[in-house]
Amino acid sequence: MASEIFKIAAVQLRPILLVLSLIVLYRGHNEPGGGFIGGIMAGMGFVLYAMAVGVEKARKSRTIKPVSFMGLGLFFALISGLFAPFSGVGLFMQGVWTEIELPWGSAIKLGTPLLFDAGVYLLVTGMITSIMYAIMEE
Amino acid sequence: MLLTLLLGLFVLSLLAPLINTFSRRFSGWLLSVVPFIVFILLAVKIPQVSGGYYSTEEYSWIPELGLIFSLRLDGLSQIFALLVTGIGSLILIYAGYYMRSYDKTSRFFGYLVFFMASMLGLVLAADLLTLFVFWEFTSLSSFLLIGFKHERPEARQAALQALLITGLGGLALLAGFILLYKVYGTFELATIIGNPELLASSPLLLPVMILVLIGAFTKSAIFPFHFWLPGAMQAPSPVSAYLHSATMVKAGIYLLARLNPLMMSSEWWVYSLSLFGVFTMFVGAWMSITQNDLKKVLAYTTVSALGTLVMLIGSSTDFAVNAMLVFLLVHAFYKATLFMMAGNIEKKTGTRMIDEVGGLYRYMPVASAISLLALLSMSGIPPMLGFISKELIYEAGINAPSAAGIILLLGFLSNAFILFASARIALDVFLGKPMFEKQPKEPDISLLTGPAILVIISLLLGLLPGRLTDSLLNPAMIHILPGSEAMKLKLWHGFNDILLLSFLTIVAGVLMYIFKARVTALVSYANLKYFKARFSDGFFGLIDGFMYLTSRKTAIVQHGYHRFYLMTIFVVASVLIALTFYGWKPKAELAQNLQAPTFTVLVFGTLIVVSTITTLLAKSRLVALISIGLTGLGIGLIFIEYSGIDLAITMIMVETMMVVLGTIVVFHLPRYLDFSDLRSRQRDVVIASVFGLLMAFLAFRSFTNPETKISEYFVENSYLLAYGKNVVNVILVDFRALDTLGEITVLLLAAFGIYALLKLKTEPK
Repeated sequence: MASEIFKIAAVQLRPILLVLSLIVLYRGHNEPGGGFIGGIMAGMGFVLYAMAVGVEKARKSRTIKPVSFMGLGLFFALISGLFAPFSGVGLFMQGVWTEIELPWGSAIKLGTPLLFDAGVYLLVTGMITSIMYAIMEE
Repeated sequence: MLLTLLLGLFVLSLLAPLINTFSRRFSGWLLSVVPFIVFILLAVKIPQVSGGYYSTEEYSWIPELGLIFSLRLDGLSQIFALLVTGIGSLILIYAGYYMRSYDKTSRFFGYLVFFMASMLGLVLAADLLTLFVFWEFTSLSSFLLIGFKHERPEARQAALQALLITGLGGLALLAGFILLYKVYGTFELATIIGNPELLASSPLLLPVMILVLIGAFTKSAIFPFHFWLPGAMQAPSPVSAYLHSATMVKAGIYLLARLNPLMMSSEWWVYSLSLFGVFTMFVGAWMSITQNDLKKVLAYTTVSALGTLVMLIGSSTDFAVNAMLVFLLVHAFYKATLFMMAGNIEKKTGTRMIDEVGGLYRYMPVASAISLLALLSMSGIPPMLGFISKELIYEAGINAPSAAGIILLLGFLSNAFILFASARIALDVFLGKPMFEKQPKEPDISLLTGPAILVIISLLLGLLPGRLTDSLLNPAMIHILPGSEAMKLKLWHGFNDILLLSFLTIVAGVLMYIFKARVTALVSYANLKYFKARFSDGFFGLIDGFMYLTSRKTAIVQHGYHRFYLMTIFVVASVLIALTFYGWKPKAELAQNLQAPTFTVLVFGTLIVVSTITTLLAKSRLVALISIGLTGLGIGLIFIEYSGIDLAITMIMVETMMVVLGTIVVFHLPRYLDFSDLRSRQRDVVIASVFGLLMAFLAFRSFTNPETKISEYFVENSYLLAYGKNVVNVILVDFRALDTLGEITVLLLAAFGIYALLKLKTEPK
C-alpha cells in the first residue's frame, strides 16, 4: 500500500527521529524542547515506521510494549518526585539537583526535573504509539 | 524500634512469595521466624510497659498538613500486639503445611504477612490517621484472603460482602476521626483521650460516637453487621483462625477499648455498647445451635464472643474491663486452636460437617486431646482459663450498673448455647461412634504445633492466673478505664452465687445436649417462623437495588450523544465563567489594556478566521479536518510572534498529528451527512460564540489583573530556583510538576480507555 520511497524513508527516519527526540528532551530545560515535544517526535517515529512496514512487524521490532512505555513513564515521573522527601531536601515533587564532573573538564547538571521530563517523554511516546497502533490495526 | 518491627513485617510480606518458592516444604517455619522475633522483642518490653514507660515514636509524614505518623506501645497496645505476632507466628507454621495442596500459595503468604503487619500497625498507632490507614489495610487484606479461592462464586461473594461492609465502616470511621480533629485540632490519640471534657461539651459528641460505633461494629461483626463473618468462612482455615477469630475482628474491640475513656461519660455510649453487645452475644450463640458446618458453628460463637466483649467494655466497671481482657485472651487462644483443628479435620477426612464425622479420638488421639482441652476452655469448665473468664463475666454481669437482670439472663442463655455447641463438637466429632472406613491419619506436626502451644498456654494460665494480672492486665486496664485496677485472678473463688451460675450453665448445656434432636428442631422451627430475615440476602438485595438505580441514572446522564456532551460541558463552563465576571467593568479595562495587533498577528488572525469559516462550511470531512488543522497552525504562528516557541512547536506538532490521525480514521467512517437542521445550528452558534467570547475575556482578565498575574514570578525565578532557562519547561517539570503529574496520569488513563474501546469489541446483546 505504501510507496517504496515512503517505506525506505520511514525506516531510515525512525532512528534519526529517536535520536533527535532525545536531544529535544535533554535540551528542553534551557532551550525550546522538552519531554512532551520529544515524546511526540519519538512517537511519530514509531508510527511512521508502522505505517511503512505494517503494525504487526512494527510491534515485533520492539522489545518493550507501547503500553509498558506509558507505565514506565508514570513510574519515572512518580519516583522523580520521591527524591526530595526521601533525601530530606524538601517535599514531594521538589527538585533535587546534582552536578556531575565529566572527564574532559566540563560539568553537567542533572536533576530530578530531567527524570520527570523523561517520564513525560516515555508516557507520551507510549500513548501515541499504543493508540495509533490500535487504530491502524482496525 | 517499633517502626523497625513494623517495617520488618512489611518487608517480610514482600519477601514471603520468594521464601515460599525457595522452600515450599519449610516456608511456614521460615516465615514464622520474623514474627516470632517481633513477638519476643515486644515481650521483653513487658516489664517496662507495666512500669509505666511507653515507647513513643513520631515521624513527620506531611508536616505541612500537620500529618504525623506515630507509634506507641502502651499496655493496651501491648496485649493486642502480642496476640497478633504470637498467634501470627503459630498460624504461619500451620499455614505452611496446610496450604501445600493449594495453588498460588506465594500470593497467600504475602497477603497473610501483610495483614499481620497492618494489624500490628493498627494496634501500635498513636495517631488517628495512622490508625485509619492500617485499619483499611486490614480490610483490604481480609478481602484478598477471604476471596483467595476466587474460582468459587461463593468465595467471591463473601469477600465482596466483607469488603463492602468493613469498607463502609472504614468510611464512617474516617468521618468520625475528622470530626474529632475538628474538636481537638489534632489527630494525636494521647491528647484526645486525655481531654474527654472537650468532646463531652461539644455538639459533635453524638455524631462522632455514631460514626465510631459504625466503624467498630462493622469490623467486629456486631449486630446488625454480624452476617459477613460467617460468610468469611469461605477463606482457608488459617485465615479463619487468624483474621476472623483471633485478630482482625478484634480491631473493632480494640478501638472501642481505646476510645472508651473518651466517651464513657456519655450514657449513649454505655447503652449502645451494652445493648448491641448483649444482643449480638445472644444472636450469635442462638444461630450457632442449628449450624452443622464446623466452621460455621465456630464463626457464630465468635460473633457471640465479640458481642460479649463489646458489652463488657460498655459496662465500664472494674469487673467488666477485667473480664473483657481475660476473655479476649481466652477466646483468641481457644478459637484459633479450634479453627485450626477444623481445618485439620477437613484436611484429613474431607468434610467438616458435624454429622459426617465421629470418633476421631481413635484416629488422631493427639489432635483430639488438644481440641478437647480447647473445648473445655470454650465451655468455661475448670481448670482452663476459660472458666476464670466466664466467672468474671458473670461477676461483671451481677455488678453491671444498669440492666443487670437482662444482661445476666441473656449471658446465661448464651453461655448455655455455647456449651451446647462445644458439647456437640466434643461428643459428636471427637468422641462417639467412629464413622470412617478409610482411616484418617493424625495431622502432621506442623498442623499441631500451633494448637498445642495455645492450649498449653491456656491451661497454664488457668492454673496460675496470678502472673497475668500484673504483667499484662493491669497495664492495659488503665487505658480502658482510667484509675481501675485488675483483680487477682484465681481459679477457685469459693462457693458463691457465681459458682452456682457456672454450675447451672453446665447443667443447662448438658440438658440441651441430651435433648439435642428436639432442641435443634425447635430452634430451626423458630428461626423459620419468626426470624426469617436473612441479613446476607438483604444486603445483596440492597446492592442489587443500588446497581439498578445507578444503571437507570447512567442511562439518563450518559446518553451517548457526543454533541450533547460537548454542549453540556460548554454551557456549564460558560455559566461558571460568567459568574466570575460579576462586577467586572469591561469598558474601562479594555480601553486601557487593549493594544492594536501587529501586522503579522493580523495576518495570522485572518488565517485563523478564514480557516474556521471553511471548517464550518466544509462539505467533506477531509476539508473540515485540514482547515481545522490550519486554525491550529495559525494559533501556533501567533505563539511564535510572541516568542512562545515551546508552545508553538507543541501546537504545530499536535495539530499535524491530529490531521494525520484524522485522515487515517476518515476512510473508515460512513459518508458525511448533514444531520443538523437550521434551528439546532442556530443554537450551536449561540453556545459556541458565548463560550468563545467568555474564554477570550477570561484570558484577557488573567493577563491584566495584577493579582492573578504570576508569570513574572516564574520568569524571575526560573533560573535562580530551578536552574532552567526555558521558563515554559521549568513550569511544567518543576514549579507545576504536581499538576503535570496529574495531567500525565489522566493522559495514561485516557489512553487506556481509547485502547480498550478499540480492542474490546462489545458483544452484540
